[in-house]
Amino acid sequence: MSGNAVIAEAAIAAGCRFYAGYPITPSSEIAAVMAEELPKVGGVFIQMEDEIASMGAIIGASLGGMKALTATSGPGFSLKQENLGFACMAEVPCVVVNVMRGGPSTGLPTLPAQGDVMQARWGTHGDHPIIALYPADLTEMYWQTVRAFNLAEKYRTPVILLSDELLGHMSERVEIPDASELTIIDRRKPDVAPDQYLPYDVKTELVPPMANFFEGYRYHVTGLTHDETGFPTEDPDLAEAQLRRLMLKVSANADDIMEWEEDGLADAEVAIFAYGAAARSARAAIAELRAAGIKVGLFRPITIWPFPEAALVKAVSHAKALFVVEMNMGQMIREVERGIRDVPIVGIHKVSGQPIDPEEIVLTVREFLEGKVTLPQKAVYQMSV
Amino acid sequence: MVAPGHRLCTGCGAGVIIRQMLMSTDYPIVVSNATGCVEVCTSVYPYTAWRVPWIHNGFENAAATISGVEAAYKSMKRRGDLPARKNDKPIKFIALGGDGGTYDIGLQSLSGALERGHDFLYICYDNGAYMNTGIQRSSASPFGANTTTSPAGVMIQGKQEERKDLTAIAAAHNIPYVATASPGYYMDFTRKVSKALEAKGPAFINVLSVCPLGWKSEPEESQVLARLGVETCFWPLFEIENGKFRLTFRPNVKKPVVEYLKRQGRFGHLFKAGNEHMLAHIQQRVDEEWGRLLEREKK
Ligand SMILES: Cc1ncc(C[n+]2csc(CCOP(=O)(O)OP(=O)(O)O)c2C)c(N)n1
Repeated sequence: MSGNAVIAEAAIAAGCRFYAGYPITPSSEIAAVMAEELPKVGGVFIQMEDEIASMGAIIGASLGGMKALTATSGPGFSLKQENLGFACMAEVPCVVVNVMRGGPSTGLPTLPAQGDVMQARWGTHGDHPIIALYPADLTEMYWQTVRAFNLAEKYRTPVILLSDELLGHMSERVEIPDASELTIIDRRKPDVAPDQYLPYDVKTELVPPMANFFEGYRYHVTGLTHDETGFPTEDPDLAEAQLRRLMLKVSANADDIMEWEEDGLADAEVAIFAYGAAARSARAAIAELRAAGIKVGLFRPITIWPFPEAALVKAVSHAKALFVVEMNMGQMIREVERGIRDVPIVGIHKVSGQPIDPEEIVLTVREFLEGKVTLPQKAVYQMSV
Repeated sequence: MVAPGHRLCTGCGAGVIIRQMLMSTDYPIVVSNATGCVEVCTSVYPYTAWRVPWIHNGFENAAATISGVEAAYKSMKRRGDLPARKNDKPIKFIALGGDGGTYDIGLQSLSGALERGHDFLYICYDNGAYMNTGIQRSSASPFGANTTTSPAGVMIQGKQEERKDLTAIAAAHNIPYVATASPGYYMDFTRKVSKALEAKGPAFINVLSVCPLGWKSEPEESQVLARLGVETCFWPLFEIENGKFRLTFRPNVKKPVVEYLKRQGRFGHLFKAGNEHMLAHIQQRVDEEWGRLLEREKK
């Protein structure tokens, strides 16, 4: 199975019954599978006229009470940004897949890249909460797709599922769990009478219950800053309280949202930080280095946003060096630097559209250990491969 | 003006269209090209098939980009800022997009440019789907067409919606020149391009573009299909010049639309038992539309 097909299948297993999208390489297979499969389970597939509309449609469907998905890549992800911010502001659960390709602009449509990890965090304007997940193999892709829906429903917020051309188009054995193994979370509905319902209550809890349309609750949904009823307000206290609550939904629940993998770090002299497709290259390099007696371990964030900084610091602080491997010009490396104080950080970056060859990592690590890479204290050495 | 050696498929209608389009004129031309097969296949690094200045911006903004170029040209010309050229003919501007890039994502940009009155020609090569990304339905895909996002199977028999009438939408902007064309009737097409470039203000031509890959047709039959589309009145040829409507081709014998459909695998499922009503429906729609056009010409 391809990574794109896995996302479609897992989404349906997670209860997604609505897909609105627009074709774009390398994500289009997700739409094609959804077009085939959703009607069979009574779901809705709509191809929209562009990505702005696709994002608008899943917001509408979610307000109507359905779990909704859209998938895209680079240029399309850019077009979705305004509505993505709306979904954060109006607290509409939904899942947005970005199968990353080379950018900027049309870039390298058929080749993998990881250049949108910061866009996933800050692509839409204004302070806003965001959850972004990025698996590195296809079984994990299945689980994280399900989790993306669960987190969206639980925290009433959009979740971005990152993938890349490599994961999207590659095939590998996938262990599809039985439906009984899955935990499925649905949005919490109000338990008060319609006239007492406060869709954006700031006082009682971080994630107020969500009333779906058609169920007897009528409330105001807007991208304007609003009070607890949903009506627009410019009251400074209310504006501040709402935005703080929005951000807290994610930051105060970060422990629940963050997942990462630590592999072989306990005895590691050298640590590697990598995610998504680049983590696959890192794993291969680590196996080779370990076979040669060099102790290398991997820290791999699965939740990219919020960033598992404390876990990273704890896991790698004893290493002689931390290598950050990513298929961009150096994006998460800055996030890594914010937390890591005493370990030299070496960046390995590639933006040619080709995956990072494990040999390139092996070589850089060896050169470092042989003292060929001289590092001033706390400097970032950027190796372009 | 289009060099041989582009990478479009054998039998691709769009290759013929761009060649005929540039053959139609002596004016110096600047082309802006929306993302799509033509853009990708005529500009494979490190080559280009274009012997004219050519801009690819994004998928949704060929008309917006050419608006900027045209407005800059007009302003620079007015201020006397343009360098002297050997060819002193005025420069003409053509925006080019597929049906996805024109009927759907680029419609806003097209409409804006037509309304603002930029002096340019927009040519849509309509192959009835998003071909470059794997044959997804567009609002130009004909009723019944099998595409990867309107798959013919158990639940539906291909696309369930009718085509959007983009030519009518363009005409509703009350611009000087609007036409349909087919590379199968190339004299008609090239004449229309010349006329459109003479028009003062925006012009729009919608051109039928055969796609053997997406239509599942034989590449050697592309010109046959480009003619059959017209001869069955599935794709009538007309022009609207300063509001005056005129059919530019009337078949002596109007062929049944199945002649056109049966050569295309994307309509294959319509010929299965039980789907006769869909074929009848398509024929009925074609007849009604043709009737309307004949009436319109009388006025
Ligand atoms: C904003 C944006 N969305 C989607 C795409 C992906 N895309 C590139 S070409 C294309 C299909 C083009 O279809 P059409 O305009 O019908 O032209 P054709 O491929 O048939 O020549 C798509 C969907 C893109 N490049 N940018």
